[in-house]
Amino acid sequence: MKMEPITATPLLRVDNLTKRYGSRIGCADVSFDLWPGEVLGIVGESGSGKSTLLSCLAGHLTPDEGQVIFDTAGGPRDVLRMTEPERRRLSRTDWAFVHQNPRDGLRMGVTAGGNVGERLMAVGARHYGDIRDRATDWLGRVEIAAERIDDRPTAFSGGMQQRLQIARNLVTGPRLVFMDEPTGGLDVSVQARLLDLLRGLVREMGLSAIIVTHDLAVVRLLADRLMVMKSGRVVEQGLTDQVLDDPQHPYTQLLVSSVLQV
Amino acid sequence: MIRVSNLSKTFTLHNQGAAAIPVMEGATLTVASGECVGLTGASGAGKSTLMRMIWGNYLAASGSIKVGDTDVATAEPRQIIALRRATLGYVSQFLRVVPRVPTLDVVAEPLRVLGAPADEARSHAATLLTRLNIPERLWSLSPTTFSGGEQQRVNIARGFAHPYPALLLDEPTASLDAANRETVLALIEEAKGRGAAILGIFHDEGARARVCDRLVDVTAFTPKAVA
Repeated sequence: MKMEPITATPLLRVDNLTKRYGSRIGCADVSFDLWPGEVLGIVGESGSGKSTLLSCLAGHLTPDEGQVIFDTAGGPRDVLRMTEPERRRLSRTDWAFVHQNPRDGLRMGVTAGGNVGERLMAVGARHYGDIRDRATDWLGRVEIAAERIDDRPTAFSGGMQQRLQIARNLVTGPRLVFMDEPTGGLDVSVQARLLDLLRGLVREMGLSAIIVTHDLAVVRLLADRLMVMKSGRVVEQGLTDQVLDDPQHPYTQLLVSSVLQV
Repeated sequence: MIRVSNLSKTFTLHNQGAAAIPVMEGATLTVASGECVGLTGASGAGKSTLMRMIWGNYLAASGSIKVGDTDVATAEPRQIIALRRATLGYVSQFLRVVPRVPTLDVVAEPLRVLGAPADEARSHAATLLTRLNIPERLWSLSPTTFSGGEQQRVNIARGFAHPYPALLLDEPTASLDAANRETVLALIEEAKGRGAAILGIFHDEGARARVCDRLVDVTAFTPKAVA
């Protein structure tokens, strides 16, 4: 039985995170805890600051204020105060980032196997046979046939590219995955398969994930908790079905009531 | 096992002139282990609202909702997530699933979340689906393509997959034929027998009379200003 005990330490503790672009606010005063095994959804319309927030958390942007405390193997550390090599090491071992466009997260000129193997080599794997075996195993887990291992991602469909990106990111067994619109730009039927895959991986690997999306149906199925952003600020957060079924903030009420029912 | 006291609820509709609608006041009830309590009251009286507040997808304005040791009214989201995983089950009137996931896996999911091995969870799911007369040839298909009655039975199978100590049932026998209704009532009786505390909404009076030990009329919790 792999039961996640209710632990006392959050995996990630974000405190008053603020990022300004000149006089404009990217995101402001964002605070939340993410616990091991939890999936947090961040929703909001374009320009609400959700991607800025994700970039600040993942270390792609430097925020102006605040703390991002990650529970590293050596105890909780403020990621923003780490040295660049320390942060890069963390982003290879403990973190993963799944981009909306697989082209941003894959090396398009390298084979599928190479894309997965590269991540392993970055954390020290050297034995060619082992690397290839693990790459094959991961291609199977994301439902890419083993005989496609030597094909380049340019020969893959959009859905396959996205699954390959997920394999490349998860092969090193990260504890926290950042996802920026992971199902955006995919056909709904491909989206469904990807959602099921992500849910299974989160469950089996005990991953925590932060998913930015504008799709409320995606977060209802995938996220345990939800944060709603507007104009760079968090206007509401809580259990996903509570925020969607009994929204408290005027903006969330508008957002939920604007969704077309199918 | 379930102890609701002095619970109230108001909906504020910000986009309709911030209208504040009080819908519940002073709701108080208990459900002991091994007991089934039925909620009664006219349509719109607040039966489903009360049930959703216990499940935690409706926020309470005041009062407390103890399920085991957790007060759902004030608990952190992660405490409610843990409660729903192991302790509190809910069979709603609607099946909500990831599209294209096979029925067998949909029903096995609550056990998988608790760490049961895939084959064990699936074999238990198969037993329940068989009891609820979902033909085996449908197990590999997504329930989203099923008829209303079949979806309802898949929902029930999923709700009973894990032996939750507390269970919320919203119209579990609606749209079922006699044989399947009988199976669902037997499942409820078995759950009571193993000590589950069950709170249910049953429009089916025969079902209510057979499984419910007590009835609570939610009309008593309707705010005076509205009534």
